[in-house]
Amino acid sequence: MSSSGTLAHCWPDDARCEGVDGMRWTLDLSRQDWSLHRKGPIDQARHNEKVKEAIKSNLPGIISEEAIITAEGDRIVKVPIRSLDLPHFRYDFGRNKHIGQGEGGSQPGDKVGPAGAGEGKQAGNMPGIDYYEAEITVDEIAALIFEDLGLPNLQQKTAETMETDAYRFTEIAKKGIMSNLDKRRTVLENIKRNALAGRPRFGRIKEDDLRFKIWVPDVRRETNAVVIAMRDVSGSMGEFEKYISRSFYFWMVKFLRTKYNNVRIVFITHHTEAKEVDEETFFKLGESGGTKVSSAYQLALDIIKERFDPNAWNIYPFHFSDGDNWGDVDNRRCVELVNKLLEVSNVFGYGEIREGGVRSSSTLMNAFQAIKNERFIPVIITDKKDVHPALRKFFSPQITPEAVPATAALRIGGRRDDVA
Amino acid sequence: MTSPDLASIEKAIDQIFQIAERFGLDPFPIYFEIVPPSIMYEFGAYGLPGRFSHWTHGRAYQQTKTLYDYGLSKIYELVINTDPCYAFLMEGNSMTQNKLVIAHVIGHSDFFKHNAYFRRTNRKMLDSVSLNAERIRHYEFQHGRLEVEQFLDAVLSIQEHVDPQPEMREKARALAEQERREPHRPSLPTPYDDLLDLDRRIETPPEPAVPPRRFPEEPDKDLLQFIAEHAPDLADWQRDIIQIVRSEMLYFVPQMQTKIMNEGWAAYWHVRIMRELDLSDAEYLEFSHLHANVLAPSRHSLNPYLVGMRIFEDIERRWDNPTEEERRELGRTPGQGRAKIFEVREMENDVSFIRNYLTPAVIDDLDLYIYKLEGDEWKIVEKDGQKIRDMIVAGMTNFGFPYIVVEDGDYRRNRELYLKHLYEDQEIDIDYAEKTLRYVYQLWRRPVHLETVLNGKGVVLTFDGEKNTKRVL
Repeated sequence: MSSSGTLAHCWPDDARCEGVDGMRWTLDLSRQDWSLHRKGPIDQARHNEKVKEAIKSNLPGIISEEAIITAEGDRIVKVPIRSLDLPHFRYDFGRNKHIGQGEGGSQPGDKVGPAGAGEGKQAGNMPGIDYYEAEITVDEIAALIFEDLGLPNLQQKTAETMETDAYRFTEIAKKGIMSNLDKRRTVLENIKRNALAGRPRFGRIKEDDLRFKIWVPDVRRETNAVVIAMRDVSGSMGEFEKYISRSFYFWMVKFLRTKYNNVRIVFITHHTEAKEVDEETFFKLGESGGTKVSSAYQLALDIIKERFDPNAWNIYPFHFSDGDNWGDVDNRRCVELVNKLLEVSNVFGYGEIREGGVRSSSTLMNAFQAIKNERFIPVIITDKKDVHPALRKFFSPQITPEAVPATAALRIGGRRDDVA
Repeated sequence: MTSPDLASIEKAIDQIFQIAERFGLDPFPIYFEIVPPSIMYEFGAYGLPGRFSHWTHGRAYQQTKTLYDYGLSKIYELVINTDPCYAFLMEGNSMTQNKLVIAHVIGHSDFFKHNAYFRRTNRKMLDSVSLNAERIRHYEFQHGRLEVEQFLDAVLSIQEHVDPQPEMREKARALAEQERREPHRPSLPTPYDDLLDLDRRIETPPEPAVPPRRFPEEPDKDLLQFIAEHAPDLADWQRDIIQIVRSEMLYFVPQMQTKIMNEGWAAYWHVRIMRELDLSDAEYLEFSHLHANVLAPSRHSLNPYLVGMRIFEDIERRWDNPTEEERRELGRTPGQGRAKIFEVREMENDVSFIRNYLTPAVIDDLDLYIYKLEGDEWKIVEKDGQKIRDMIVAGMTNFGFPYIVVEDGDYRRNRELYLKHLYEDQEIDIDYAEKTLRYVYQLWRRPVHLETVLNGKGVVLTFDGEKNTKRVL
């Protein structure tokens, strides 16, 4: 389209537009530069900001959604948010009658069906749609979750320095290779030099004007850390228990990979025997058989001894189980081993999963009450919503003795009927 | 499909105007402008170009834009009710689309100019909204963006509660005032006056009783106005923001009150104008397709284009060919159809339009029905024309929002605000009402109450600044 339109700013009562008597119409490509009045993108950004806030306040409900933990990082998932609609006094759609239109011959009793997605009706006015659905990628959710998480009690160890192979252009020089020419700076230098000579404009570039970007290798020092993820895959672990431990470890692994370049993760599964497995096997849903938790702790100790010198490594063992261990003898052995692990670890995290909060009183958690160490972090999970608080509990950067009573289990959700 | 050039669009506009004027349409002058989709969607989302910033506008913008980007829906036509009108043609529209939009827009513009409910409309609204936006922006600088946004949240949550017919209120007020000033109007003398006078002679003439002062004197429908005037603890800029939102709402109210008529009128005329144009077969096919889309019925709501157009056509047919009875009883003469619809477009709003002219035959022809949720399925529960018409009308009261009045602005003699929902068979969404009350509290800054009906019983919802409570009356 040719652009003969004016960009003059002209409201209807401007002088130019007066004297419209007799005028019936005009046509213009753009009488006004409407883009000067644009607010859409800014307000849209503000809206997105609010969506993020809403998601953040709703994280416990969101992060254990099956659809999310099975999704790829860049996949967009839909997250229902109820709080983002501005409330009004309005009629209750579901409890009232409405008018619709058929294609002829409709009869009382005919089904109308829910509103189709393509009809473009405002959410909240239509049957079956009662909340605002925000679209967000899994990575964005992860960023929100991890914002204030960190490895607890992280210490500077006599560690190897990790050099990444990344390079950054951080400096400017007068000499360099042409492909790294910094054009903007070069132009600025040229104008500056010309201005000093009395003609402030661009032109006649001399070698002296040239500026080049130069790179430096990106060396970052990081403290080494290893997370030992232990997971109960015995027969007593029901669907819910497996699901919770999987979803916790999903976020844990994601978190560690997002925040730290140099964290190793050791995966251990156990029933009566423990074995070190690769990540893929670890996340596959369970096996079966009895439970001997001590086997896992023993394996963890062995691995630490072999591969991770506590003088060089921050060590974080985590264990998720239903707490249904095989007998008192092994429970006592577990207490012993946890104490040993605590000697070499920064913290030890134990999560006991009990659907609905009811379980026998002879669980591992009871045995662990004997452990007097503020770096032992016990958590009980009774509901999907508890996964987020558990993450926060395990990964709050500083554990202070006051914050974590040594033996009383932190109880999240559910009834308090079994932990005295 | 190549975009048509300016010259051919100009030719089309000229031709369409001539046809429209031959039909007797009398629109405002119209500025047509060709704009890119982003501008179109922004105007659609904001209602008017240049309105103040708010995240709810941003959400609407994102929604319309997303629908467009995914090819799900497209705004073809956008016209602003000012004098002269602004009408926007979207860049990339085909010639046929442009012609349809031009014809449709002329219909709207004629309606804006002549319908009685637009009598008081501010026709320079574009200036006003942009001044309003500037003032609000200024307040953001002064008081902080978040502060202003939170205040706007509260005001916008009750923005539908204005009074579009203030003169009715003023009349009532004037009458009451007169009553107070001359309480005993001299009545005509009768032969029994001496008897009737006995009472008066025995009693000392009573002091004119001062009724307990009510505040407001009559229940006040204009929540925004009432709060702006009487909220005990608002800053000037806050009262100003309430007035801004109110004035913009009042601008939109007539459009909300005449949605079916206005769209019906525009659809009625675009078909007739398009038929007069010399369209090629391909163009006519494209037009028919677009027209069918516009008129597509919806299982869940009324399509105002379709219902409005059908009613106008039905009126025209009935006044063109009155029945024997109508000729005899009402003195109708044949051939008055056109004149009648022009009269209707001038006098009615949607409520009276539907009540007076939506006949059972049209309802039947359109296959309208009433449906509701039974169990967890939406089912048709009513096909009776009378009931359908009554329900459409009921749903339009206060343009689809619950009718709420300020009953007492000094409730419990404690400056609490007592609102009342004038219940007419439709329950309000309690969850939303409780949330909205929190916003009202933010404006009134004293406890707020809302009386409504739930499950056949009167209930009062209260927010006291800390928690929501509900009690049965």
